[in-house]
Amino acid sequence: MADVNITVDGKAVKTPAGTLLIEACKSVGIEVPSFCYYPNLSLQGACRMCLVKVEKMPKLQTACTTVVAEGMIVTTDSDEIRQARKGMVELLLGNHPLDCPVCDAGGECELQDMTFSYGAAESKYIEPKNHREEQQWSPVVFFDRPRCILCYRCVRVCNEGMDVAALGVQNRGVSSIIAPNNEDHLECEECGMCIDICPVGALTSGSYRYKTRPWEMNHVGTVCTHCGDGCKTTLGVRRADTGMEIVRGDNRDKSGINNDFLCIKGRYAFDFANHQDRLTQPLIRKNGQLTPATWEEAFELIGKKFSAIREKDGGQAIGVIGSNHTTNEENYLLQKFARVVLGSNNIDHHRTADFPAFAAALRGRANATASMRDVYNAPAVLLIGNDPTEKHPLLAWQIRSNVRLHRSRLYVVNSQPIKLRRQAAGFQLIPAGAEGAFAAFLAGEDAALASLGGSKDGWTALRDKLKTEENLVIVFGSELREGDITALVKFGSAVPGAKFLALADYANSRGAADMGLYPDLLPGYLPVAEAGKFHQEWGGIPSAPGLSLPEMAESAKAGKLKALYVVGANPIARFGIDPFVFSKSFVVVQDMFLTETAVIADVVLPAANAYEKSGSVTNTSGDLQLVKKAGEVTGTKGDFEMIVRIADAMGFDVRQLVPFGRGTRADMGQTRGAQSGEADRHAVWLEANGLELKMSPFDPMAILDEIQRLVPGYNISRLALLSGNDQQTNFAASGPAVAQKPELIVPAADGLFRSGTLGRYSHTLHSVMENKDRQPSEEVAAD
Amino acid sequence: MADLVSHSDEVKIVSRRFGQGAANLDRYLELDGYKAVQKALSMQPDDIINLVKNSGLRGRGGAGFSTGMKWSFVPKTAPKPKYVLCNGDESEPGTCKDRLIFEHDPHSVIEGVMIAALAVGSQAGYIYIRGEYRYLSNIMQKAIADAYARGFIGKNIFGSGRDLEIYWHGGAGAYEVGEESALMESLEGKRGIPRIRPPFPAVVGLWGGPTVINNAETLASVPHILLGGAEWYAGLGTPKNGGTRLFCLSGNLNKPGVYELPMGYNLKKMIEEVGGGIANGRKLKAVVPGGSSTPVLLPNEIDVAMDFDSVAKAGSMLGSGGVVVLDDTTCMVKFALRTIKFYQHESCGWCIPCREGTDWLKKTLTRFHHGAGQKKDIDNIQYLAENMLGRTFCPLGDAAAMPTIAFVKKFRQEFEDHLDGKPCPYEKNVAEPALA
Repeated sequence: MADVNITVDGKAVKTPAGTLLIEACKSVGIEVPSFCYYPNLSLQGACRMCLVKVEKMPKLQTACTTVVAEGMIVTTDSDEIRQARKGMVELLLGNHPLDCPVCDAGGECELQDMTFSYGAAESKYIEPKNHREEQQWSPVVFFDRPRCILCYRCVRVCNEGMDVAALGVQNRGVSSIIAPNNEDHLECEECGMCIDICPVGALTSGSYRYKTRPWEMNHVGTVCTHCGDGCKTTLGVRRADTGMEIVRGDNRDKSGINNDFLCIKGRYAFDFANHQDRLTQPLIRKNGQLTPATWEEAFELIGKKFSAIREKDGGQAIGVIGSNHTTNEENYLLQKFARVVLGSNNIDHHRTADFPAFAAALRGRANATASMRDVYNAPAVLLIGNDPTEKHPLLAWQIRSNVRLHRSRLYVVNSQPIKLRRQAAGFQLIPAGAEGAFAAFLAGEDAALASLGGSKDGWTALRDKLKTEENLVIVFGSELREGDITALVKFGSAVPGAKFLALADYANSRGAADMGLYPDLLPGYLPVAEAGKFHQEWGGIPSAPGLSLPEMAESAKAGKLKALYVVGANPIARFGIDPFVFSKSFVVVQDMFLTETAVIADVVLPAANAYEKSGSVTNTSGDLQLVKKAGEVTGTKGDFEMIVRIADAMGFDVRQLVPFGRGTRADMGQTRGAQSGEADRHAVWLEANGLELKMSPFDPMAILDEIQRLVPGYNISRLALLSGNDQQTNFAASGPAVAQKPELIVPAADGLFRSGTLGRYSHTLHSVMENKDRQPSEEVAAD
Repeated sequence: MADLVSHSDEVKIVSRRFGQGAANLDRYLELDGYKAVQKALSMQPDDIINLVKNSGLRGRGGAGFSTGMKWSFVPKTAPKPKYVLCNGDESEPGTCKDRLIFEHDPHSVIEGVMIAALAVGSQAGYIYIRGEYRYLSNIMQKAIADAYARGFIGKNIFGSGRDLEIYWHGGAGAYEVGEESALMESLEGKRGIPRIRPPFPAVVGLWGGPTVINNAETLASVPHILLGGAEWYAGLGTPKNGGTRLFCLSGNLNKPGVYELPMGYNLKKMIEEVGGGIANGRKLKAVVPGGSSTPVLLPNEIDVAMDFDSVAKAGSMLGSGGVVVLDDTTCMVKFALRTIKFYQHESCGWCIPCREGTDWLKKTLTRFHHGAGQKKDIDNIQYLAENMLGRTFCPLGDAAAMPTIAFVKKFRQEFEDHLDGKPCPYEKNVAEPALA
């Protein structure tokens, strides 16, 4: 659209036609105050704070509803305007309880800020304030009407942003009140968007309320560790007896791929970190009992055992199982440890998507993977399988927002009537398990129609329509594997600018795959037999594929696997393995809790979780992001450090494993995870000056260098990464296809309120689920 | 049912069928009913619009916007259906004219809607009637059903080949819905809160289609204009204020009632002659000239022509024609309180200044009238009202603020007489509780 010239406070402003005046002012640094205006939500004009003077208009105008027009002359500050705004604040404060000293929002409240700006310190009223009792709407949402200023942000974000519509407005006039649309409680996704979008303390969260003052927390910007979407979250962290306590998660700074979105997990389900069952001491099995021990004892024992088995039975007698939640650095280090230190390719992880097939299909194609940002911006999206609302809440948000704000066309093909069909331009129900047949049909195999059901014309029309789309983003769930993915990519090649996105379930599922937690694949999906540059760097590594996870169990049962090293995984529970198969093996487990796998271990090492370490993770769409350490829980160690300590205890030259401090100067010391929620400025400065960050063998940055150098697709801008940006990795230089066993892919049984082991130890998720379970049978008492 | 009144100065046009049983369709036809719409069917849409424009007809709901002009803003072609709405949500205290039209001459409203629909090219009209007018809804619904039965509305009206549906819709009891965009929200089944404008209803209105919305009296005037001609109608009033209107005289008068008088009729004469003067031989204290939202006039300000422009010049508004006359036994503080109570009750609550402002005005005035007022309260009341004026989302805030400011400015002494714990000078016993 053409640009429009306007004048704001004497400044000439050029802005695209159709821009709202409030945004035009913002673009030149002039802030027009508002409560009800919120970018990307519908306009209200209700709070009257953004009143400005537009020449030739008799009354003051609301900048949030006025669209710029050529030649418009605007004044945003004058005695009349200040008085109008002051008048609004006075009116709001009239009925406001002014309980700022105990209000959660105190110190980060927009009403406080407005009062500070416009000065309405003296009340003109002596009548009693209108009062209503506080209400609890769900385990995580409380509402305090007297604090509410009725900006309707909560109603809109629930309705427009979430497509849930759990909130509405009741009554009229001064009795108006925000209320659940379902009598006295919320029936919703419990995302908490309403709480974070509230400019005051009217909506508060069950997990955070009355716990702290905002300025008593450290605010640490990191990445959520639950599903595979990789939302940025800012953790509010306090000191506690246990070392630290996370009390809040939000993304109010709108950083990262998720803007201000977070689901219930990112916002509240960090409480597993402070669960009472958290392990805080190493445990060694003595006389059949797991007994507390020192770290030194534990490492010495593991080192001795692993060395002895490697000497006697060779590396193939040791199995290693990695995690979907640990960082890329830890995963890379773990497989390097297995291959280089133990001399074993017996390494695997819990697979939730067929990334090897996906990588092979996209080999040699640049810009073929879709990022989370692409999903928000693409003119059209095709979604096959999965239910993002339940399993990928950010992806669902990106799709909904794209449809709502950019009029993107969404096509959904699913075996269930998933919620996203409500945004879809086309929705096709297929029989369960027919996702692959649909991919084949798209690729031109009309015979596949037989398994799809419905009319041939309908399916052909859909395929033809999809072929006319440009820059289509094709998102698919783990229902598609092997040849299905190849077929889909073949179809996509005919669509100009098409990009693909494979959905996997955990926070670093993609990273675990990319980093080579496979018995037959090195980092970057390179076959172990053609080790190439890894051979050169690492020296001799075994070239025969190792054992997969179920094969390790078989091998242990046969008495061949003498040792099992499990880092942040729970294979006994996930794969339903008989725990007794490992009764003769020496089992080492690094975990936060005494899981089904940890209880059979000979040594259990208490591990830090993703909120307690630094490093990087790759989300399901291949966006690489930095995680930052929020704090430490006393008695735990990061997996990175533990792996290095075990290598050291085995007598291995640690410098061969982690190339730290190699001949460079880093006189500013080791970088610590920034504690401010901002970019790690120290690291950025070091990087920009060509200095090294890494001074310690426990510093994951030391191995990020090697990852960037050796792993195809990871050669992204380190500066951008350290600055807190997401960087899209790619499969262009990945290895060729290596046949995988599709049955090894076991999707997580997670949903909106379930999150594997982490979810099991989250009080918040439990309270929400119990509350949901109760509702159907419980009669709501009549008034 | 209200008793009808009459006076020799009246010019009966809209009210000419009052009391003649015109709610009956046959009777209505005897009284020239549905002749105007048949004439309109033979005219070009633009000619109808120009005729109405030239007649000087201005909106009888209160704002006084030129009706023909409003119709001309509707685009000739539109992707969405166009609508004509009759605003019968008559709720302004002091105004009671539309109810007489619905009661005595419902077909004239239907005919007005039809002519407007022909003028703007619409095929659907809605007649929205205030929720509290339940007894009138029955009359209106029957009138619509009768018109359908004769084929006057529906498919192929009067054999013209044109289709036109007309629907009745009842309100749920909100003054706010008298505001045109809030009425559309209500009609669409939503909360009755106003919409952001622009876009204006003529472009984006009901269900997103271009919409003409007119007051019931405005639409009921249209058939007469079509039959009588623009010049005749314009000549009845003053320049730019064509025709006649229904004035609702109420308060301390000897002969209160609804009178149809030419636009520009003198207010003083209206009170003294048409209304029969102040009742019980009392003296005139104040006049609210156009419904409760218009600023009060003092006895020395009432020598004014009752047309939109003259009353505006006198510092008030012609509004919706509700002339409320107060004698010297009236406590102006109590009257201000009664007025603000209405607006506090009816504020939709959408925007801050109206929602909070009317509530604080009510609280303060309640205490003040009870005798617990402080001197600074008088300034505060004015300050509060001035903070609302011109800053609310819709005109309801202004409707509450304007009269309040006038009460304080013009009767400040009376407010001061309530200070220092003195009981209201006009009442021995104050019935209002101190804190409502």
